[in-house]
Amino acid sequence: MADHSLDLKGLNCPLPILKTKKALKDVAVGDTLEVLATDPGSTADFAAFCRITGNELLEHAEEGGVYRFVLRKVT
Amino acid sequence: MANEVSASGAKSMTLIVTKGTLDWAYPPFILATTAAAMGLDVTMFFTFYGLPLLLKELDPQLSSLGNPAMKMPMLGAHMGLPNLVSMIPGVDRAATTMMKNLMKKKGVASIQELRQLAVEADVRLIACQMTMDLFEYTLADMIEGPELGGAATYIEVATRSQINLFI
Repeated sequence: MADHSLDLKGLNCPLPILKTKKALKDVAVGDTLEVLATDPGSTADFAAFCRITGNELLEHAEEGGVYRFVLRKVT
Repeated sequence: MANEVSASGAKSMTLIVTKGTLDWAYPPFILATTAAAMGLDVTMFFTFYGLPLLLKELDPQLSSLGNPAMKMPMLGAHMGLPNLVSMIPGVDRAATTMMKNLMKKKGVASIQELRQLAVEADVRLIACQMTMDLFEYTLADMIEGPELGGAATYIEVATRSQINLFI
């Protein structure tokens, strides 16, 4: 289980990234955040977001059109 | 001398925003907010028809006139508007309403929301002084936050930015 969870289903680019960034402010360094999204572009976007910001993308999966990401806050 | 990185040490991006219709308002605000979320220092320079995007009363409209690529999903097909139809008063307003409804349905943020997110993310907003004079606007017409500047102000930021876009 992730430490925090965020439901962003139904939102389109760039809102999933913007809302994830906002939510990460309330996540302690080392803790994890689970994000659920339906934007098919989010798979590439969350990977890029993590590469640039230095946060860790621990998991990403898709099931029934819902994309699930687990991020660990590093910075 | 221009520095390689901004004062904060982060990478940076600038955007020159020259257009103010609803469709053209999206790319700069999407890129600015996303870059800010990814830790970049972002500066937006609003000039000519981009300047009204800083007005307190923000309600950008679409124009289908001379835009053959604007085809909206309708009745199972993609339909564009011939220029002759676009010219009829009320047609652009109807197209704007249709686009806004479509965006809401697809979970696309409103321009007002994206602009607010840009402000909250400390995106630096520069209003072109010359355009302010030309179109007779003052800072009192604008939202809180924009500073006034000219081409040299923009160039100074651009020289130390990794990404510089003209939209």
